[in-house]
Amino acid sequence: MSATAVKVEPQRTSPDQYTTVKARYPGRWVSAVVILGVGGLALQSVFTNPRFGWETVGKYIRDVSIVNGIGITLMLTAVCMVIGVVLGVVLAVMRLSLNPVVRTAAFGYVNFFRGTPVLVQLLFWYNLAALYPTISFGIPGVNLDANQIITPMFAAILGLGLNQGAYMSEIVRAGILSVDHGQAEAAGALGINRFHTMRRIILPQAMKVIIPPTGNETIGMLKTTALVSVISVPELLYSSQIIYARTFETVPLLIVASLWYIVVTSVLSVGQYYLERRYAKGGQRSLPMTPWQKLALFFNTHAPLNTDRLARKGGTR
Amino acid sequence: MTETMTSPSGTGPAAAAGTRIMVKADSVHKSYGQLDVLKGIDLEIAAGEVVCLIGPSGSGKSTLLRCINHLEGINGGRMWVDGKVVGYDIKGTKLHEQKHNDVCRNRTDIGMVFQHFNLFPHMTVLENLVEAPRLVLRQKKSQVTARALRLLERVGLADKAGSYPRQLSGGQQQRVAIARALCMEPKLMLFDEPTSALDPELVGEVLKVMKDLAQSGMTMVVVTHEMNFARDVADRVVFMADGNIVEQGPAAQLITNPQNERTRSFLASVL
Repeated sequence: MSATAVKVEPQRTSPDQYTTVKARYPGRWVSAVVILGVGGLALQSVFTNPRFGWETVGKYIRDVSIVNGIGITLMLTAVCMVIGVVLGVVLAVMRLSLNPVVRTAAFGYVNFFRGTPVLVQLLFWYNLAALYPTISFGIPGVNLDANQIITPMFAAILGLGLNQGAYMSEIVRAGILSVDHGQAEAAGALGINRFHTMRRIILPQAMKVIIPPTGNETIGMLKTTALVSVISVPELLYSSQIIYARTFETVPLLIVASLWYIVVTSVLSVGQYYLERRYAKGGQRSLPMTPWQKLALFFNTHAPLNTDRLARKGGTR
Repeated sequence: MTETMTSPSGTGPAAAAGTRIMVKADSVHKSYGQLDVLKGIDLEIAAGEVVCLIGPSGSGKSTLLRCINHLEGINGGRMWVDGKVVGYDIKGTKLHEQKHNDVCRNRTDIGMVFQHFNLFPHMTVLENLVEAPRLVLRQKKSQVTARALRLLERVGLADKAGSYPRQLSGGQQQRVAIARALCMEPKLMLFDEPTSALDPELVGEVLKVMKDLAQSGMTMVVVTHEMNFARDVADRVVFMADGNIVEQGPAAQLITNPQNERTRSFLASVL
């Protein structure tokens, strides 16, 4: 075949005389236009429908009680995730223990907290005083009033944190199991004990597997904190509820809350991205580019006055 | 904790000659469930000796090596390293297996190099070397770092101290692994098929480092398929098959003129 091609065009001997033409994909243009059209219509309806109450949204978006609510939402998220991660590591190590009793206890914990709705758990903690009116921790002389200790906030932290521990333990366990057995063996052969092997060798490598779903869980936790509005903790959703219970501007205030949830989760996503980059250390030969670096590269290569590219187009090899 | 045993005097030729015995296996048995992997191994390795273990796969040579530093427990017999029983405390006629962390503490002077290097990928080359002496031997950072850099120089990788293992070739990684083991200043080095996972053109650089190490007087036990290395570097070659030592002797003699039929057929297939 190539032999005939050479015969048909014997005069075009230099490969420089050929230019490549990129394949065209009209379907891509069609789908883009459809999506932009539908999106535009949706946006238009959102901004022209007076019932959305954008003025009210603007009035309350930086309301003191809303901002305080965000603070409590963030605090709850942070505290509960810390409890969740610490508990998760402990439970994961227990799950991998050689002691069957320890192993089963960890499994039982995970099974219980994963097996009941977190909303039910929250209500349970909130009503703990009904079960144990006084709390002594089994220590003689200690006699605390459960109603005073278990404030709504404390019930929220207990409920969300303990529940998160169960989920985190599965993530951490998957991370630990993802590390090659040879790592523990090499550490052992060097005389490094179990604790240090876990802390210095296994867990840092497991982080690569643990971080992405943990970021996911953090964002999930931020939204799950809305549940504690049922036990009257004044976080973001409850703060909006208090306002619309008074003014009956339900939808605008739900929009206020939603906007803030989106803003905060977006910020967390960026944080997650950089955290993942950090723990990719040693995983790849070089770190992946950040979106800014990719953008810079894109503009560099597609700049109209890029001489490099012009030279390439000119056909030099 | 560990009961120090002077190796029973006069039981081996080397002991009779008054040489320090580095490794002594006395009727070592090892089985995985029904499968007997080692069926009573007797072996003595003198300090400074380089011994290559060869044999077909499944012959138990890697298992024997891993029993020396107690990465694998043994089911019967005894194993001494430098006069100490490895991984066990002797009480009467019983060997009591030590706790994992005690085993770790007691094998700090046995270095090991693995087939797949097992470098710590999240640490730089230098950090790989420095980690164990700092954590286990509790040595000063400056002191360990100086020694680590000397060792990297010795294996020809002084310029790679700041690199991560992934950025190195297999041969370079294995040389780092050797330096990492040496950084603990061991008396005995174990090599478990150190060149089997390498591209053919990278084997030479690792073998050269091992040859230099052998010439420096290190006691080495090497499981290998590199017959040329065994012939040129080893003082003694031990041929194993089916969990037994079939034949052993001076390297050149065993490889060029094997006496046993099994040894002969094995060498015919690999040479």
